Amino acid sequence: MWGILGRRAVVNGGISASSLRSRVRSSSVSARSYAAAGSKEMTVRDALNSAIDEEMSADPKVFVMGEEVGQYQGAYKITKGLLEKYGPERVYDTPITEAGFTGIGVGAAYAGLKPVVEFMTFNFSMQAIDHIINSAAKSNYMSAGQINVPIVFRGPNGAAAGVGAQHSQCYAAWYASVPGLKVLAPYSAEDARGLLKAAIRDPDPVVFLENELLYGESFPISEEALDSSFCLPIGKAKIEREGKDVTITTFSKMVGFALKAAEKLAEEGISAEVINLRSIRPLDRATINASVRKTSRLVTVEEGFPQHGVCAEICASVVEESFSYLDAPVERIAGADVPMPYAANLERLALPQVEDIVRAAKRACFRSK
Amino acid sequence: MAMWFARSRNLVSSLRQNLGLSAILIKRNHSSPRPVFTNYQLSSKVFLDPSTSFRHESTAVESQPDLVQQSDHEDDAQELDFPGGKVGYTSEIKFIPESSSRRIPCYRVLNEHGKIISDSDFIPVSEKLAVRMYEQMATLQVMDHIFYEAQRQGRISFYLTSVGEEAINIASAAALSPEDVVLPQYREPGVLLWRGFTLEEFANQCFGNKADYGKGRQMPIHYGSNQHNYFTVSSPIATQLPQAAGVGYALKMEKKNACAVTFIGDGGTSEGDFHAGLNFAAVMEAPVVFICRNNGWAISTHISEQFRSDGIVVKGQAYGIRSIRVDGNDALAVYSAVRSAREMAVTEQRPVLIEAMTYRVGHHSTSDDSTKYREADEIQYWKMSRNPVNRFKKWVEDNGWWSEEDESKLRSITRKQLLQAIQAAEKWEKQPLTELFNDVYDVKTKNLEEQEVGLKALVEKQPQDYPTGFHI
Repeated sequence: MWGILGRRAVVNGGISASSLRSRVRSSSVSARSYAAAGSKEMTVRDALNSAIDEEMSADPKVFVMGEEVGQYQGAYKITKGLLEKYGPERVYDTPITEAGFTGIGVGAAYAGLKPVVEFMTFNFSMQAIDHIINSAAKSNYMSAGQINVPIVFRGPNGAAAGVGAQHSQCYAAWYASVPGLKVLAPYSAEDARGLLKAAIRDPDPVVFLENELLYGESFPISEEALDSSFCLPIGKAKIEREGKDVTITTFSKMVGFALKAAEKLAEEGISAEVINLRSIRPLDRATINASVRKTSRLVTVEEGFPQHGVCAEICASVVEESFSYLDAPVERIAGADVPMPYAANLERLALPQVEDIVRAAKRACFRSK
Repeated sequence: MAMWFARSRNLVSSLRQNLGLSAILIKRNHSSPRPVFTNYQLSSKVFLDPSTSFRHESTAVESQPDLVQQSDHEDDAQELDFPGGKVGYTSEIKFIPESSSRRIPCYRVLNEHGKIISDSDFIPVSEKLAVRMYEQMATLQVMDHIFYEAQRQGRISFYLTSVGEEAINIASAAALSPEDVVLPQYREPGVLLWRGFTLEEFANQCFGNKADYGKGRQMPIHYGSNQHNYFTVSSPIATQLPQAAGVGYALKMEKKNACAVTFIGDGGTSEGDFHAGLNFAAVMEAPVVFICRNNGWAISTHISEQFRSDGIVVKGQAYGIRSIRVDGNDALAVYSAVRSAREMAVTEQRPVLIEAMTYRVGHHSTSDDSTKYREADEIQYWKMSRNPVNRFKKWVEDNGWWSEEDESKLRSITRKQLLQAIQAAEKWEKQPLTELFNDVYDVKTKNLEEQEVGLKALVEKQPQDYPTGFHI
């Protein structure tokens, strides 16, 4: 991780890594061309890369497997530099067989290793889904604790830009319906680092849903998050923005949209509370319900298909647990109920936009009184 | 096809001897066929992929290509460079035939009368080992018979026998070391029996009672035991094949003196996972022994409807895997083949494929009646005349290591033990309610804890809705 910062320092004008380190630690001194003291930025890509790097360094049982992860440095460069650092035994380039390498990952996990299996996109995980569900998810239960599967399945999930129906589906709802799996969906760089480290350390199988369009986005990151022991708890949502009039829950890329929507709503006098779910399974029902009990209104957003989606589960949870607190019907914003079209104008219509979230929040607010 | 190769090879080699290499000049449009490669064994060094240098140490070249230069002219060079290595070419448009004129022969040691065929290669088996092998084969037979009857009586919900495949079960297990990790299909309980799983433990799993190591989570015959290095049986077919490659990879990385051993039936080789598992194990150079029990039937699908190749053994070479076909009803042959394969897998760090030919005498399971799709005569024939247990018994008896008295004693004691085990297992109480929510995750998540509390409260509040003696 320091190697990455060191490299960036060189790019920015030859500041040495060690002096950079001392600058970051002493928050009183502000660096020259760098951001203000104490506030670093990191892309989600670098966050994921550093998380995998640190976990591989800490535990020799962790290894990475997937198509193009090694010599190509990763289809999306998430595993950049790892082959050089850890060698081909621990950064394994696989033949084109999702069923094959997922099965192998599960077998290796059965035998005590900790594989991090990359799907080029979760759309391709369907070719291996039996191994994920029938083997990884259920083995601990079926074997009564004799076989645990400390495996992480990660890769981009959901829509990218202009990649059509077979490359754009969101699998959060599918995987989150299965007992035995844990399903995480990071948004920011801090989420990416903390949740991936937690996932790799977790003894249960984890499905880690990233987003291709977020890889290049930079986020401010705290010193605490940069530390190699940093870890976020699985099953806890984060309140990204506090508010009192309406609760907006979402995950992954939609968190950014929800925050923009909250800005727009604030201009119109509506204070929205934005919850970044971070963990789809286990779902942090406590935080969601506490928020709805405070605001009395719920708008839940996701990119995926509407029927049987994550939003449906959240609505059911809120209606079951906080019914008497609701002042308006629950609102769901999801992707269109069509396979993702390719043309840019159609694609835009098939995905939730900031305006959709704003309209839904307003509907939820104006329904009372 | 093979014969054509042999003839042509002889022709060329005799020409070489008589005339010397440089004297052979065959013009491009000559009508006589050019010899092509025979017995060429690809080695991993042949790959031209530059990343090969990063990979594990490649296996040494097994044999040099049987290359014949027929012309000194560069234009007539007989080799071409393509990704993957040098390959000779021919101007003859000749397709590799869909099948060899001769099927791959089957390795066997004992004839049908239990006598060792003269000049057989085999690894000798001591009296102690042979007697133990026979006892276990007979025990497996008795166990299958009694559990099957128990299902018919409604005492367990399901059972699956290994009748006719006792030699594969026991002899393969005897050939392995206890550290070798076994990933079964579902017709290999004999491997677990050999490793020390008791009849009581088998019964407990079938009844799903409190003593079951699987805590009542799985249907019968889905045995599993960590301490015996036998992974829990998993119903989806062939998923264990790539998983075995993964286990082999883990053993390789940890430099253990052990291999992964996995079983599959003839039908299972149609699954995509068969291709993925074998291909990958070969590329990874993982120490895995793949044992295919070709028993002729996949429920009602005969092998003629399953594949059109010469069984499974010919598929090994397609993946670059060393393979052998063995008489699965010959315990000594199975023992030697598995033992040799195991040594190769561990010392050479490579996968090996064994096709064990046999016959599924029993029905697929208690949910099947195979007389509906095959002749009763066929079943009888294999049951009586081609019985692997009897065949091995004859050999053991001929050596003076087993008597009729031993036989009746073993059978009656085992039968009694099994009946007692079943009676005890049946009476043993089932798992408490708390086991419903355990082991979904390593540590119970909050929502499961809440559900457990909720369910306990409900059972206490409404006992009339739950069976008497229901354990919380």
